Amino acid sequence: MGILEVKGINKRFGGLQALGDVNLSIQENTVHAIIGPNGAGKSTLLNVLVGKLIPDSGSVMFDGQSVLGRKPYEIAQMGISRVFQTPEIFADLTVLENVLIPCFAKRDGAFRMHALEPVRHEREIGRQAETMLDEVNMLSKADVVASALSRGDKRRLEMAMCLVQEPRLMLLDEPTAGMARADTENTIALLKDIRRKRGITMAIIEHDMQVVFSLADRITVMAQGTPLVEGTPDRIKTDPKVREAYLGETQI
Amino acid sequence: MLGLTQKDFLLLLVVVVLTLLAPIILNPFPVNSSLGQSFNAGYPALMQRFAIFGILVIGFNILFGLTGYLSFGHAAFLGVGSYAAVWMFKLLSFNIIPAIVLSVIVAGLFSIVIGYVSLRRSGIYFSILTLAFAQMSYALAYSVLTPLTNGETGLQVYPSDPQYLAAEGAPSAPHVFGLPMAESTTVYFGDWQFTFEIGYYLCALMLILAFYLSIRIFRSPFGMMLRAIKSNQTRMNYTGLNTKPYMLWAFIISGMYAGLAGGLLAAMDPLTGAERMYWTASGEIVVMAILGGVGTLIGPVVGSGVIKYLENIVSKINDNVLHGAFNALPDGLENVIIKIIHPFVGEGWQLTLGLLFMVVVIFLPGGLVQGGQRLGALFSRRSRNATAADRDAARQKPAE
Repeated sequence: MGILEVKGINKRFGGLQALGDVNLSIQENTVHAIIGPNGAGKSTLLNVLVGKLIPDSGSVMFDGQSVLGRKPYEIAQMGISRVFQTPEIFADLTVLENVLIPCFAKRDGAFRMHALEPVRHEREIGRQAETMLDEVNMLSKADVVASALSRGDKRRLEMAMCLVQEPRLMLLDEPTAGMARADTENTIALLKDIRRKRGITMAIIEHDMQVVFSLADRITVMAQGTPLVEGTPDRIKTDPKVREAYLGETQI
Repeated sequence: MLGLTQKDFLLLLVVVVLTLLAPIILNPFPVNSSLGQSFNAGYPALMQRFAIFGILVIGFNILFGLTGYLSFGHAAFLGVGSYAAVWMFKLLSFNIIPAIVLSVIVAGLFSIVIGYVSLRRSGIYFSILTLAFAQMSYALAYSVLTPLTNGETGLQVYPSDPQYLAAEGAPSAPHVFGLPMAESTTVYFGDWQFTFEIGYYLCALMLILAFYLSIRIFRSPFGMMLRAIKSNQTRMNYTGLNTKPYMLWAFIISGMYAGLAGGLLAAMDPLTGAERMYWTASGEIVVMAILGGVGTLIGPVVGSGVIKYLENIVSKINDNVLHGAFNALPDGLENVIIKIIHPFVGEGWQLTLGLLFMVVVIFLPGGLVQGGQRLGALFSRRSRNATAADRDAARQKPAE
């Protein structure tokens, strides 16, 4: 039984079958990559998992509870965090505030009215945020407004915001898309580090094969809205069906 | 101090001193001089408006400044607050305490309803919804709700009203436990004359409280959440935060501030009409906030002050006053200068306001407060060049 169980998901957009009978099981403490050519339904699947899209049929169970029909913030409160293709951070707020907000969300839930005590009096929360920033080497930038950060730092900040909530599952949507080689390698190192230190289950959607093969324990290859093959990286590398559908002539 | 950082406490102190000394500061010219008659703003009726509209815009800024949701119907809450207060005068007594309490409560309830519906949309649609609600309230006050609002005549207190709780011998005008709002002491100081009025000081006290509360809200986790909503709603949702109750509370608090302002308007002058809810009144609030500096603490007070000053002082300047002011110049030059200034003063005061507004929006998106900060930075850079770079970095953040 995986931490996330997807069973028989179907989703149509008009005449287009975006997802057809998707079954997927993500085991705890693994990094599970979902790859596939453009239009294979990877992003649609991700949007179903986080509650942004409601599938026509099927079930998605997270840790024994259904996530279908729940709002994104409820799913996030269940322990599923999402990292976006373009980092989604609070660009107008300082780096420290960016991390404080998820700390409050974790302690106080989806809503709590505390409008009189100053933020700086919440010492425990402040310490938590600073420890997290220290862990991603951003403590020196705590008072910088987030919009002024480099792309790589924004990504790191977004990761920190997710991690500080101690999620049980992290969903990463092309975390290295559009990054320079050096930034990509930094991100891989960061993800490996997170993996080693915290053992968080991750599901990664990614185009970059280097990222996929250096991180993933299991890989699901999708094509035309359905999972084609699932297996270990070594098996995927050699699977003829995968080569045909996705990898083409690329040498691995 | 008082749960504030040193910087915020100083800001509060400045506001306290300025409001308490306003009757002196705003009367810089001798009372009988021509300058004094045109430019002295330290008379109670105007100072009350400075304070009341300050409260109104401080509240508006909690919604617009922090969350970025532009309400275009905020005058409705002001109007509702006024009606509630006058009804208290009619039914209970001229004591303003129950009147003000009820106006805040009624405006709060009213904003729950309007907020709940309007907040289903964001951006321009939210603005249009609030505008529609306010215009509906205005139209209803003139028509269907006449029994409650007294229609075009406006709601006022008649001798035949019951006033069940009125004490024997209590003043027949708004008062706090027997102390009439209109009571004042006038102090003469040579040719200068300063008027200290109970009504103004009540408004000033409320302004100080409202300002203090807004600092606390700005610095609280709630305030931070509201700024986060303005910055990125998607991330809010995926962080596990439900933005709806945060927004609704911001809307309600903001509506209650407007209700307080409405109650105070009625306490200063116990009659009210539907025109207080007209959309131009809502628009004026928006202009005040933007002029002063949206999202800054002190901006709303500055913005409302400047506009009320223009409306009441610049609008009174006529050619006679101008001739008086430029007396010393040769006649030909004097006439030319007066010809140039003429369209901007008196009835043309709105032209001045319009130009000022355009200049602010184009060159100072952070409002007059940003302008003040630039000036401040300019002076301190001259004195201490070394730290100028640091200050530049600090100014990247919107001012507070």
